[in-house]
Amino acid sequence: MIVVEHLTKRFNDTPVLDNIDLTVSEGEVVAIIGPSGSGKTTFLRCLNLLETPSAGTIQVGGVTIDANRAIAKQQAQVRQLRQQVGFVFQNFNLFPHRTALENVIEGPVVVKKMPVAQAQALGRSLLAKVGLAGKEDAYPRRLSGGQQQRVAIARALAMEPQVILFDEPTSALDPELVGEVLATIRSLAEEKRTMVIVTHEMSFARDVANRVVFFDKGKIVEQGDPAVVFAAPQHERTRQFLGKFLAQS
Amino acid sequence: MNQDSLRIALESLPFLLQGAWFTIVLSLGGMFFGLLLGFALALMRLSQLAILRGVSRVYVSFFRGTPLLVQLFLIYYGLPSIGLELSPLTAALIGFSLNMAAYACEILRAAIGSIDRGQWEAAASIGMTRAQTLRRTILPQAARTALPPLGNSFISLVKDTALAATIQVPELFRQAQLVTARTFEIFAMYLSAALIYWVLASLLAYVQNRLERRVNRHDLEPKQ
Repeated sequence: MIVVEHLTKRFNDTPVLDNIDLTVSEGEVVAIIGPSGSGKTTFLRCLNLLETPSAGTIQVGGVTIDANRAIAKQQAQVRQLRQQVGFVFQNFNLFPHRTALENVIEGPVVVKKMPVAQAQALGRSLLAKVGLAGKEDAYPRRLSGGQQQRVAIARALAMEPQVILFDEPTSALDPELVGEVLATIRSLAEEKRTMVIVTHEMSFARDVANRVVFFDKGKIVEQGDPAVVFAAPQHERTRQFLGKFLAQS
Repeated sequence: MNQDSLRIALESLPFLLQGAWFTIVLSLGGMFFGLLLGFALALMRLSQLAILRGVSRVYVSFFRGTPLLVQLFLIYYGLPSIGLELSPLTAALIGFSLNMAAYACEILRAAIGSIDRGQWEAAASIGMTRAQTLRRTILPQAARTALPPLGNSFISLVKDTALAATIQVPELFRQAQLVTARTFEIFAMYLSAALIYWVLASLLAYVQNRLERRVNRHDLEPKQ
């Protein structure tokens, strides 16, 4: 479903991602963990070209982006790829001037040219799915952070993406609101949706992901079955990072 | 002021209102074409092409950096020397539009720039093009930032149209001058003119207020 090869990203001359290879198969839930500044968010943003990679290729479904060529000349492919890749932001990034329902149907109506009535029916069912039936006409600022993030998830789902990327989806939330968003993501995992989740919620990564990938200093240090990686990390750096979490649980 | 003054002022009212009509035409025309050109200039400033950004920057710098009165003289009295003769009304309309465009450009550019990067990214993430993002996501939000300063500029424009008197446009202030020259009712006539300007500016402020409330409606709706 996703094939990333030799992905490299440099900010000016500082390497942030160093020759990353990663394959995600259909129906797989991959959790990316690692310390701040390890490049995990940059990696996720490269996957739908919110960041422009310096080198390497990204393939999602049938679309391939080759960062060794100018991205500006591949804009059509980039848009095609983005339609297949849902993205959920840390700060939700809902459109504040649109209601919850309008946020959800924006993509289908504007990008896919779906008739408004059909999009609204889809939007209502998606809002119901994330537990927000009855909030269709609410503007984002009237919603709690957890509700906003669930609208954002519904907005991503509305494009019927093949993959959904989550960038620390609970990091901006009050602690008591984290659970409702994680429960929503968990229910999507149960539907066997392909997802890549950058997260600091270690127990969530352990319980929900099929595979956990540990990033450090722009490289994948270790990856594997969460049960194995969390129980017996192979690398010193992973042990250090997980040590605090493991001591708690 | 005595009763005679009042009578003369009232008798001259139709004459002043004729002038006010030109004031309105110049104001609305200047707003319309100024906003249109200003928007184009703001888009140029956002362009990837350095040449477009440069042209926009120099344009704004010139029209904000020179007196409007000088610009009007340049257009009406100056252009004929290179073979371009314009009627007073046309010259004034062009002058006010070009000048307004510089201010509108700066206001729109700043308003667009104030929108969080995350909004561009969210729109991009659902596959919207740059143009779709601008039209559906950025501009509706930028409008609420831009409206108050745009309203200010428009109200300034209404008052600045009095400068058109200096290039022979028979607008409100010039009409007031003409009546004054004939009747010597200096205070009454200029007071009448001032009151008419005030009414026009107040109408504009009212429209601006309504528009601001409209674009801010997602902030004002009652809590659910």
